[in-house]
Amino acid sequence: MKANCFVGTNKVEVQDVPDPTILNSRDAIVKITSTAICGSDLHLVDGYVPTMEKGDVLGHEFMGEVVEVGRGVDGSRLRVGDRVVVPFPIACGACLACQAELYSCCENTNPNAGVAEKMFGHPVAGIFGYSHLTGGFAGGQAEYARVPFADVGPLRIESDLPDEQVLFLSDILPTGYMGAEMCDITDGDVVAVWGAGPVGQFAMDSARVLGAAMVIAIDDVGYRLDMAASQGYRTVDYSDTDVRSALLELTGGRGPDKCIDAVGMEATDGAAHVQLYDRLKQAVRSETDRPHALRQAILSCRSGGVVSVIGVYGGLIDKFPAGAWMNRSLTLRTGQCHVQRYMRPLLDRIERGELDPMRVITHRLPLAEARRGYDIFKNKEDGCEKVVLKP
Amino acid sequence: MELTSTTTVNKPPQEVFDFWHRLENLVAFIAHLDEVRVTGPRSSRWRASAPFDTVLEWDVVTTTDVAAERIAWASVEGADVHTSGEVVLVPAPGRRGTEVRVTLRYDMPAGPLGRAVARYFGDDPSQVLDDDLRRLKQVMETGEVVRSEGAPWGKRARKEFPQRPARPLSEEELQELRGRTEVRA
Repeated sequence: MKANCFVGTNKVEVQDVPDPTILNSRDAIVKITSTAICGSDLHLVDGYVPTMEKGDVLGHEFMGEVVEVGRGVDGSRLRVGDRVVVPFPIACGACLACQAELYSCCENTNPNAGVAEKMFGHPVAGIFGYSHLTGGFAGGQAEYARVPFADVGPLRIESDLPDEQVLFLSDILPTGYMGAEMCDITDGDVVAVWGAGPVGQFAMDSARVLGAAMVIAIDDVGYRLDMAASQGYRTVDYSDTDVRSALLELTGGRGPDKCIDAVGMEATDGAAHVQLYDRLKQAVRSETDRPHALRQAILSCRSGGVVSVIGVYGGLIDKFPAGAWMNRSLTLRTGQCHVQRYMRPLLDRIERGELDPMRVITHRLPLAEARRGYDIFKNKEDGCEKVVLKP
Repeated sequence: MELTSTTTVNKPPQEVFDFWHRLENLVAFIAHLDEVRVTGPRSSRWRASAPFDTVLEWDVVTTTDVAAERIAWASVEGADVHTSGEVVLVPAPGRRGTEVRVTLRYDMPAGPLGRAVARYFGDDPSQVLDDDLRRLKQVMETGEVVRSEGAPWGKRARKEFPQRPARPLSEEELQELRGRTEVRA
């Protein structure tokens, strides 16, 4: 089959690879009908993740049709012919983390748990196409994918909603929603969102659905701010505006009640903390003019507010404003999205017309043009917000 | 050499005990064990592969056996491998399953055998036992050892990075995998 593979720093290539086969009894093979490029795919290919191997199949946002199931798959939950959206964290459904609905912290699905444990203190779940630190699972920017624990995660789509309305249930819609949910939004809350990429846009939509009085988008990419403005959100362009002052002005000097970091840290690492620390310092030095979303969010948030982090962090960060956080009674909440928790309720919201995931799609490309998709997404060319790939 | 490790398995102590008590089951998650054969009410014969195609076999006697609480074993007098071990099961608080605490002791023999054993455990011996217990947890909670494309070999996973790329296995690799498939409990 054809699959989009990591072949080196900032280089991806669609290659011929073997078709996937069942390796565990609860696996399914899914024939992929739609897949997408995620901002975190850019983190993987930009060379900051040392547990990427040349030839890894990329992609963790995908959906399609079940064409084969292992003998251990519960037939009441999944059968050949089912149309499914696949959540990006692989979860067993049986461990204590899964029972607490902390699916992205599943204790059983990462065969490289020992490595993850050295990096993070405790291991994290396996993730499709997302380095060997999260298990070394082949991804879904391909014609077919093997899906472990197929009777736990995948969501069956029984309505005739088009792929593009439900594809983002695999990651970015639940991720944005969890960012807003962690804010515990109450009446009158102003919610500021750093990053107007696809996850940021969905965090904004979710904040509004959950009752925010005002939503503010912060970014420096004009067309992304325009996209937010088109939905009725206020915008702050940090390339020509002091963010903290602008936020104070928009909130009568109070500051946003809730702040969402949908940017994260460009750099991640999997081997040694020291190496990671140096790399981060290098990255920061090379981008001294670029504000740090998390630091800014903490300094901007009103006292007693919530800072919710859904942007991806990989290791250590420098100069964390602990004084502001502690003295002003801020709550910091975060997590890789526990996608399985949100798929069904968000599908309901899509069916009711409360959320329109298709609004972020700017490019539809055949899988064969994946490389171009990565290029325009990374370089923010051609108004690129979200690329959907068709195998 | 003494190794200790612990994990929490989301099953009641009696269930963990019953699984471990069927000593043949140890093969499913202990990386170096190829076979455990029960030879009597309290005796068994264990076989392990060591580097350079060496095969080690030794007789083991179960020394302690308290339902839902504890199992201990030791190699018999005169065996090639001098080893003993113990698993202690403690209910975790708040219905969080069972805390499984394992101790393994090896008297390292002199000569090539000792070197082979030392080489097997490598620079970080406790990691080997940690990984064994991770697989015990996988097998008890999900029914099998989880495989990825990067680490498809189950308990035969090579420890070192880099791994094979995270892409589907070739026909040759699949044949090798079928050939290596462990005896399932």
